[in-house]
Amino acid sequence: MHQVWTWVFEPGLFASAPVRVAAVTGGVVAIVSAVTGVFTVMRGQSFGGHALGDVSAAGGSGALLAGLNPLVGFVGLGIAGAGVMDMIGVRRVRGRDLATGVVLGAAIGLSALFLYLEASSGATTGAPAQILFGSIFTVTSSTIPTVIALSAVALAAIAVAWRPLLLTTVSTDIAAARGTRVRLTGLLFMLALAVSVGLSSLAVGAILSTALLIGPAATALRLTRTVAWAVVAACLIGVGSTWLGILLAYDSYYWGASHQGLPVSFFIVAVIFAGYLLSGLLAARPAARRRPPVAPPAAAPASERVAA
Amino acid sequence: MFAAFMMNTWIVATIVAPVAGVVGFFVVLRGSAFPAHAIPKGAFAGAAGASLLGISTLIGLAVFSLLGALGIGALGRRARQDVATALALVMMLALGAAFLSRTTEYEPQIYSLLFGEVLGVSTTELLPVAVLGVICVAAVMVLYRPLMLSSVVPEIGEAKGVRSHRIEMCFLVVVALATAMTVPVVGALLIFSLMIGPPAAARSITSRPWAAMLLSVAIALVTVWASIAASYLYNWPIGFFVGALGALSYGAGRAWAAGRARAVRPPAIQPLTQG
Repeated sequence: MHQVWTWVFEPGLFASAPVRVAAVTGGVVAIVSAVTGVFTVMRGQSFGGHALGDVSAAGGSGALLAGLNPLVGFVGLGIAGAGVMDMIGVRRVRGRDLATGVVLGAAIGLSALFLYLEASSGATTGAPAQILFGSIFTVTSSTIPTVIALSAVALAAIAVAWRPLLLTTVSTDIAAARGTRVRLTGLLFMLALAVSVGLSSLAVGAILSTALLIGPAATALRLTRTVAWAVVAACLIGVGSTWLGILLAYDSYYWGASHQGLPVSFFIVAVIFAGYLLSGLLAARPAARRRPPVAPPAAAPASERVAA
Repeated sequence: MFAAFMMNTWIVATIVAPVAGVVGFFVVLRGSAFPAHAIPKGAFAGAAGASLLGISTLIGLAVFSLLGALGIGALGRRARQDVATALALVMMLALGAAFLSRTTEYEPQIYSLLFGEVLGVSTTELLPVAVLGVICVAAVMVLYRPLMLSSVVPEIGEAKGVRSHRIEMCFLVVVALATAMTVPVVGALLIFSLMIGPPAAARSITSRPWAAMLLSVAIALVTVWASIAASYLYNWPIGFFVGALGALSYGAGRAWAAGRARAVRPPAIQPLTQG
């Protein structure tokens, strides 16, 4: 029994401070991402969710260059990016695609500049790879309280706007007819998304930010029939995948003779991806016989279903 | 600026820009900006893998961009495309992170693959880039009608026997080819700016497809040429100029469209193509 235990949880796992910090931060980020993610997937804003990660990473490198706290850069430019996307038209699906693309392109250009200036001033090494991939094991414990506080803000925004958000997600027409302020709700959601994505790309890196936002939510929406249950399932899947990934990454150091671990982001993404594929197999049969889920991932609001 | 060591740069940029302009026109028309971002970015992982195996970067890029395109297409059959794209992208990037952890690839090389290194183009690379470019443009021309139909009025396309999903797959493969050829030159991230900014600007200026496509090629050429010149003069990364000019040209296109709409006539009928 003890042998099995130490085989699964290699020695030192629970005593390791980086692992504990990663587990807590990863767990918090996974929960916030899962909640925002369910709406992101239903609203068809996965591209926006991913793009905001890159936009806030550009802010992060800018803040580094200016000597500011990276958190200010990440969340600040993320919010600015969300505002610009909303301004130039995220309301219609096709326009949204373009608006997101243009903002993303400009942000990538800025990243290129900032990284170049940093590299030429000799300030940092490893910045490009860090921004592209990120690592959950480099989070310091002092950032945890800030991450938790801002996460709470994003979650509160979604909780407050829950009903209008749900209405505008399912049908903008019905929402507008019932007097919901569609535009305002959309903007509020974009801002919550920007905060959540900015935090997660700071805390766990760009790859994991998108993976945790989209993966658990898409999986949960395939398995459940109501939005509330989808949110619960997405949180469980997100936290579970994160912890399993951290465990595998820690153990991978002991695999083989070379003692070369694989990155934790690789394992977390692999677990999430496998879960998504599995959920396709699970959902395929029963869903065909029973009625389709209440919130099918393909439910683009009728008015927005432009020749897609 | 036109010294011998810059010649390859000018030539390769002049090949890349029209391809990005033509392919980008359909990227914008079909609302495929996310795949157009995800395929080059994910293909970057292939370059990392190629350096791990010690094979040519171009092969790594081509394999991964094709894998990405097919993956997005396959996953997209059963889910909405943006979710499929996001998941395919993160999986490719995760593989890239795993590859990178096993190589001793130098930082500057990663940076140049991400953001482009036009000065690093060698004469031997020109031919494959040109060939891939011709293939891409030829493929778009061959697919022109079904692509146009399935992008603008998919219902009529289906009725006429255009298989939307098959067309989508073909188109993603074209994007993947364009990606493989352009990543070493303008970088994984900026080919995307080149595929979005100029075509988007062109489409806000004219709604006639051929005119828009030509205009998009012209704007892409000017963007790339101006970026190389500016990068040469100010010594800032070319990626910054491509990104900035891409966004600027889109802004200018929107301003032009808004100005014209405010003029006496209502805008030309364009709900279908503008969708």
